[in-house]
Amino acid sequence: MELIEAIILAVLAASTPLLLAATGELVTERAGVLNLGVEGMMIVGAACGFGGAWLTGSIIIGALCGIVAGTLLSLVFAMMTLGLAVNQVATGLALTILGIGLSGLIGAGFVGERISPAPHLHLPVLTDIPLVGRILFGEDAFVYLSLALVVSVWLFLYRTRAGLVLRAVGDNHVSAHALGYPVLKIRMFAVMFGGACAGLAGAYLPLAYTPFFIPGMTAGRGWIALALVVFASWRPGRLVVGAYLFGAVTILQLHAQGWGVGIPSQFMSSLPYLATVIVLVLISRARTGGSTAPAALGTVFVPDR
Amino acid sequence: MQLVLEKRAERSNTIALVSPLIAIGLTLVTMSILFAILGKNPISALGVYFIDPLTDSYSLQEIAVKATPLVMIAIGLSLCYLANAWNIGAEGQFLIGAVAGSWLAVKTQGTGAGPWVLPAMLLLGAAAGALYALIPALCKVKFGASEILTSLMLVYVADLFLDYLVRGPWRDPAGFNFPTTAEFDPVATVPVLIEGGRLHLGAIIALVVVAAGAVLLGKTIKGFEIRVVGAAPRAARFGGFNSNQLVLLTFAISGALAGMAGIIEVAGPVGHLQPGISPGYGFTAIIVAFLGRLNPVGILIAGLFLALTFIGGEQAQIAMKIPLDVTKVFQGILLFYVLACDSLILYRFRLIFASRQVA
Repeated sequence: MELIEAIILAVLAASTPLLLAATGELVTERAGVLNLGVEGMMIVGAACGFGGAWLTGSIIIGALCGIVAGTLLSLVFAMMTLGLAVNQVATGLALTILGIGLSGLIGAGFVGERISPAPHLHLPVLTDIPLVGRILFGEDAFVYLSLALVVSVWLFLYRTRAGLVLRAVGDNHVSAHALGYPVLKIRMFAVMFGGACAGLAGAYLPLAYTPFFIPGMTAGRGWIALALVVFASWRPGRLVVGAYLFGAVTILQLHAQGWGVGIPSQFMSSLPYLATVIVLVLISRARTGGSTAPAALGTVFVPDR
Repeated sequence: MQLVLEKRAERSNTIALVSPLIAIGLTLVTMSILFAILGKNPISALGVYFIDPLTDSYSLQEIAVKATPLVMIAIGLSLCYLANAWNIGAEGQFLIGAVAGSWLAVKTQGTGAGPWVLPAMLLLGAAAGALYALIPALCKVKFGASEILTSLMLVYVADLFLDYLVRGPWRDPAGFNFPTTAEFDPVATVPVLIEGGRLHLGAIIALVVVAAGAVLLGKTIKGFEIRVVGAAPRAARFGGFNSNQLVLLTFAISGALAGMAGIIEVAGPVGHLQPGISPGYGFTAIIVAFLGRLNPVGILIAGLFLALTFIGGEQAQIAMKIPLDVTKVFQGILLFYVLACDSLILYRFRLIFASRQVA
């Protein structure tokens, strides 16, 4: 029983960075912008998040540093793709290449340092309930924050007028513009939200997942988050399912190594990446009747004046 | 008063020519500021980066050595990008090519095999790279899966596979437990062009690839189809061009070139298979392709320039203790400026005064 509890706790923790980054990207893509720079924003978020926490001793300040870093990078992306109408795919790649370099530069001073990670919650009585107590009330605060974020995004997209406008902008920017909605401004906020989430997702890794920073510690999680958005068919509910499935694959891979399964560790480590490819194929094949992606996704918009 | 972007009536050829130069200029200014922030003298730092490597024959050869894989990969990528197929996984195709070619080198080690070994290795590398690239291409064509994400995921898989081989079955028993194969036999090694130097046959192969790319794009129907499918998909459909087939073709070519670049790198400058054989060639080649404006000759020049940043970065690390990651920051910023300046080929800025009057 304790092993199962431990595994579930580990899955929740492993899923949280994916869920955070994917939620941000979902909003960005719902507004019609494809930002492939998630990995870059995450990895800079990780370096800045760790740096902030290490210098100040505060996990919260660390998390804020990650958010600010991710947002700033996303603003560069917004300037390029919205202001200058540059191809979104190429700009996203540029953002990732730049992010990996910046992260190494910023993080060079912190390699080898340790911090005390974000504490796990401990609510009297509730956390001590057998079986479910630690799972429901005993994780670090980020895990619950990420779930609250998905629920808020769902409410925003489907239950508010602003959410409706954002989806309209993503589905048909020409009509939305004709109706008088500020397409570029809405897209800019969506991109910034995505950047903030990616920065926080990156900061989660050194602040709560491991208590140290190593270069390249995001290890492709940003790209997996992008795949998750496709997996979820741009719906927040399915995003939660997808993120936890991928978290489970990651943990399975770690535990299989611990149990001494006779498979080389490198093959187990490649599982999450192979799973991503397989999931993308299955999902794309299932959607032959027409894509559920926002119709204007990835197209540039230059308003007529 | 506001600044707005406005579509030009036709593309500006002047800007198309000078935009890479403007981009490089802006990058140099940005880098100077970054150097100043790092507490280094910008002038001498830029000197170490861009001038010093050009002053001695060793560094000049080294630039050609680094440019070889960059140019080969970027030529292939440019075909994909022209056809609007986004192969982002050249790094993985590079690694798999290196693995496949190394297999023969490891198998024939010490058997006194003849001079057929190296050509066979190159072919194996190209074939493996092409097959590896066809996985995401087929997933896209058959199932509509995003080739961007699948080709990228396969980079991590290739990296782990190589790691497994050199730590497990292929590890050199006499290698003091280092994760590496034994040094390749001379017949499995790319010959150097200048006695005692580092410049190797791969540089010639890269030049042949540039020429072949130029002929393919400029003189053949296939090249024309590739360009039309990318630039005007609707027109291409009316023309009866099969865009799925072109996705497969461009991915196969680009995978083959990346794979061959991989085995050339391992059988040449490195000399054995080990982890870390690529300082991100597959990703830097994306910048090379765009800086060279997806044009073979442009790519040759851009490849030499990016190679210069690798060598300059190494020298700056030794001479001025500038962190090696500055090179990656430099390359990322350069790609941003290239893309931003290219925007002005199709658009221009206009100042609008009080355009938002009450209707």
